[in-house]
Amino acid sequence: MAKAVEEREQVIVRFAGDSGDGMQLVGSRFTDATAVIGNDLATMPNFPAEIRAPAGTLAGVSAFQIHFASRDILTPGDAPNVLVAMNPAALKANRDELPRGATIIVNEDAFSRRNLEKAGYTANPLEDGSLSEYRVHRIPMTTLTTRAVERIAEASTRDAGRAKNLFALGVLSWLYGRPVDVTRDWLQAKFGQRPAALAANLAAFNAGWAFGETTELLEVQYRVNPATDVPPGTYRNVNGTQSLAMGLIAASVKSGLPLVLASYPITPASEILHELSKHTALGISTVQAEDEIAAAGMALGAAFGGRLGVTATSGPGMDLKAETIGLAVMLELPMIIVDVQRAGPSTGMPTKTEQSDLLAALHGRHGESPLPVIAPGTPGGCFRAAFDAVSIAVRYRTPVILLSDGFLATSSEPWLIPDVASLPAIDPAFATDVDPEEPFLPYSRDAKLARPWAIPGTPGLAHRIGGIEKADGTGNISYDGHNHERMTELRAAKIAGIAHELPALAVDADPDATLLVIGWGSSEGAIRAGVRMARLDGLRVARAHLEHLNPWPSNLGDVLRSFDRVLVPEMNTGQLAQLLRARFLVDVESFTKVKGQPLFAAEIQQQIAERVGAAGTSSGALLAGVDLAGADR
Amino acid sequence: MSATETTGNGGEVVLTKADFQSDQETRWCPGCGDYAILSAVQQFMPEIGIPPERIVFITGIGCAGRFAYYMDTYGMHSIHGRAPAIATGLATARDDLSIWVVTGDGDSLSIGGNHLIHALRRNIPVNILLFNNQIYGLTKGQASPTSEVGKITKSTPFGVADHPFNPLALAIGAEATFVARTLDRDRRHMTEVLRAAALHQGTSLVEIYQNCPVFNDGAFFGLTEKETKDAHQIRLVAGEPIRFGIDGARGVAMRSDGALEIVSVAERGEEALLVHDPTRNDPGLAFALAKLSSDPTGPTPIGVFRDVQRPVYGRTATTPDAASDHQLAALLHSSDTWTVGG
Repeated sequence: MAKAVEEREQVIVRFAGDSGDGMQLVGSRFTDATAVIGNDLATMPNFPAEIRAPAGTLAGVSAFQIHFASRDILTPGDAPNVLVAMNPAALKANRDELPRGATIIVNEDAFSRRNLEKAGYTANPLEDGSLSEYRVHRIPMTTLTTRAVERIAEASTRDAGRAKNLFALGVLSWLYGRPVDVTRDWLQAKFGQRPAALAANLAAFNAGWAFGETTELLEVQYRVNPATDVPPGTYRNVNGTQSLAMGLIAASVKSGLPLVLASYPITPASEILHELSKHTALGISTVQAEDEIAAAGMALGAAFGGRLGVTATSGPGMDLKAETIGLAVMLELPMIIVDVQRAGPSTGMPTKTEQSDLLAALHGRHGESPLPVIAPGTPGGCFRAAFDAVSIAVRYRTPVILLSDGFLATSSEPWLIPDVASLPAIDPAFATDVDPEEPFLPYSRDAKLARPWAIPGTPGLAHRIGGIEKADGTGNISYDGHNHERMTELRAAKIAGIAHELPALAVDADPDATLLVIGWGSSEGAIRAGVRMARLDGLRVARAHLEHLNPWPSNLGDVLRSFDRVLVPEMNTGQLAQLLRARFLVDVESFTKVKGQPLFAAEIQQQIAERVGAAGTSSGALLAGVDLAGADR
Repeated sequence: MSATETTGNGGEVVLTKADFQSDQETRWCPGCGDYAILSAVQQFMPEIGIPPERIVFITGIGCAGRFAYYMDTYGMHSIHGRAPAIATGLATARDDLSIWVVTGDGDSLSIGGNHLIHALRRNIPVNILLFNNQIYGLTKGQASPTSEVGKITKSTPFGVADHPFNPLALAIGAEATFVARTLDRDRRHMTEVLRAAALHQGTSLVEIYQNCPVFNDGAFFGLTEKETKDAHQIRLVAGEPIRFGIDGARGVAMRSDGALEIVSVAERGEEALLVHDPTRNDPGLAFALAKLSSDPTGPTPIGVFRDVQRPVYGRTATTPDAASDHQLAALLHSSDTWTVGG
């Protein structure tokens, strides 16, 4: 008998298990199948820094959250309404975030006394009534997977043990009507060379699907229709790392500058090195440098040679690269420095996100050394931000810092693939003309105050550059104080002048809004979603988001001054707020969070309600957390 | 990067030393060994047959760092210790340039030690000239990583306590493919060594003993001055027995335990002497030769210690041009896609 099918507008599923349970794999497979359906989606992995933390413990829990919907959504969701828990630790680590009425699907087999103890449970939560607020489905996943895999002659018990994540994927795929061929094709491609593993995984996946179809435990199948309120075009799913890498490659193509990436392994930026190192056929060279300093030096050396020099790192690496970035400021050569921010200081929490390198990016070098800083707002937005960073770097002959973060790098969403022909050309405008009457002036300037870029190999333009202060025009060594002041001003004016070509800051404002919410970088989705929720509560609010942190859009001061109150949510302790106060003398209010997690839409909604809500009533309701799971509705 | 690869001026224009002299006034102290090295390099450069615009000098910080400003080629005076890293980036980006790094003992062996050993292990196509004066000159006289134990300097009023690096032994330990030593006061020898370095495929490291007349005057006089040089210079010549001293009375032989020792030719006979072979793949003998002297005041080998072939960094991976729009579009679509109607 066919089961009832119910429609859902949006669902948030979190897969959680031990870090050896393959939860990231299951999450990404579920995501691909969801993308192919055409749901809008947003994902967020959350994993421990240790490769294999002790099995079964809270420290070892790895999770992957996906929010998918039949309409436009903005964030991976604050809290899940479905939790898949592969062991007691996964249940314990995630339970507090579940709203009442949420669905919990557990691998019942994993709730042994030993595993319960490792997770710190004194009683089995499946038995003691502590989960009565939730709908709990107990599925003996290990047993059912083993039974399915046993039938395959070549498969070992080890194959069976490893395949239970595919069983869970099969159950969830049935529950939400995800297409099976996407997963089967992927398994075929992944395990094609290992028939036993392929057969075991396929059997587990099929068994999970069949279980969903036949068991009386799951009485309803859900349908989430394709999202139709998104712009037409061809989409793919990308995370911020992929999109940033593709943006750099696109800029390389559109500038004709082969890309040289030099990096030293560091979480969470290594993925950029992994991604770009695959594409040697696209004119990309990658170097795994001996250290962070060398990586920056290599990128700068490549830039001197007329290439697109890029280095990617995270906070600790930024500290080490500072001197080389300062040299790039002095040499006035294009260079891209990607900082995938993580929780600091020092080693901090390498796999957890934060936006705490803003002040370091702007000011973390000795001397007066201004440079452009760009921070993309969404995973898909990393493409354009990277492209724009290269365009500015090349045309203004300056290093540019691109501030991504751990959340953007690993979070994914559908991305409207741009038409390559529509991307603007970037003209490196190498200096090649020799004037037989006049010596070449490597520090002469064009209307944008950019200097000529004459690369080695160009006859007649051989010249020397270096870190010592330059004489204006000739670039010769100069210790003259007046010249130094002039050069300091020229370097600053060049960067400030970039503002002329930046789009004005757009403000999305309700009529009569008195409160402006302004953020920067990766919190864009959460802030937009929080504002959307506040508006559904009838509150009037304005919203703006900064992608360019230096220079700022020219109208920023006017925007800030046209509202009674300005709220600045950030994943740091108020760095943008401090800058806005200092620069514009506007009494902005900070909302900050440094918990290693992105901002939540409900938190933004609450902050807005506290400021413009009706005598705190709506915030009171929100604090009860009734609608947490419906965040970003 | 060598003369054998060049096309350059096509023989139409004969370059001279003057073509490599920039218009900048040299500002080293009077009597500095750097002047002699600069002059020798400028004199030698036309020989490699590469036009000045395809030659790049990258330097670090220190007195030697100023070298880039005085060569009429492309040049970058960079950051303390980082020149080998910057040169690696340039060499990765461009295989049509002759790239030279000029560095000092503090620059390359102290603050930049990591970059030096990694450039050597990678075998990047770069020539590294290491001016060793066993002192920090630009910062006015502190001990360097090659200063001898016991030396009194501004930073070591009770004498240097740290054991010094032997730059050539370090380089050979990092499996450098070309390692040589020469002297600022012997232009002819320096030119021969530079020629061999320029011909080498991969990284060449040339240590140049360089006199600092202000803070460490005479450190190498035992090797460079008329009274002592014949007795102390052990000139390494490929294919020849290693013999030196007045009338070639002394030589280098291997002991039964494998260590090298200085012997009297009259006592041991010429057949006991080690025949120099810089192309020997095993670095053991070159290392032992580098360790033969711990101090340039006694008998010290100069010349090419090691010159072997190993794959050159970046020459196996191709660096083609930037990709086309078509390739870019293929990349952007290289995943499951779906279309939303419009």
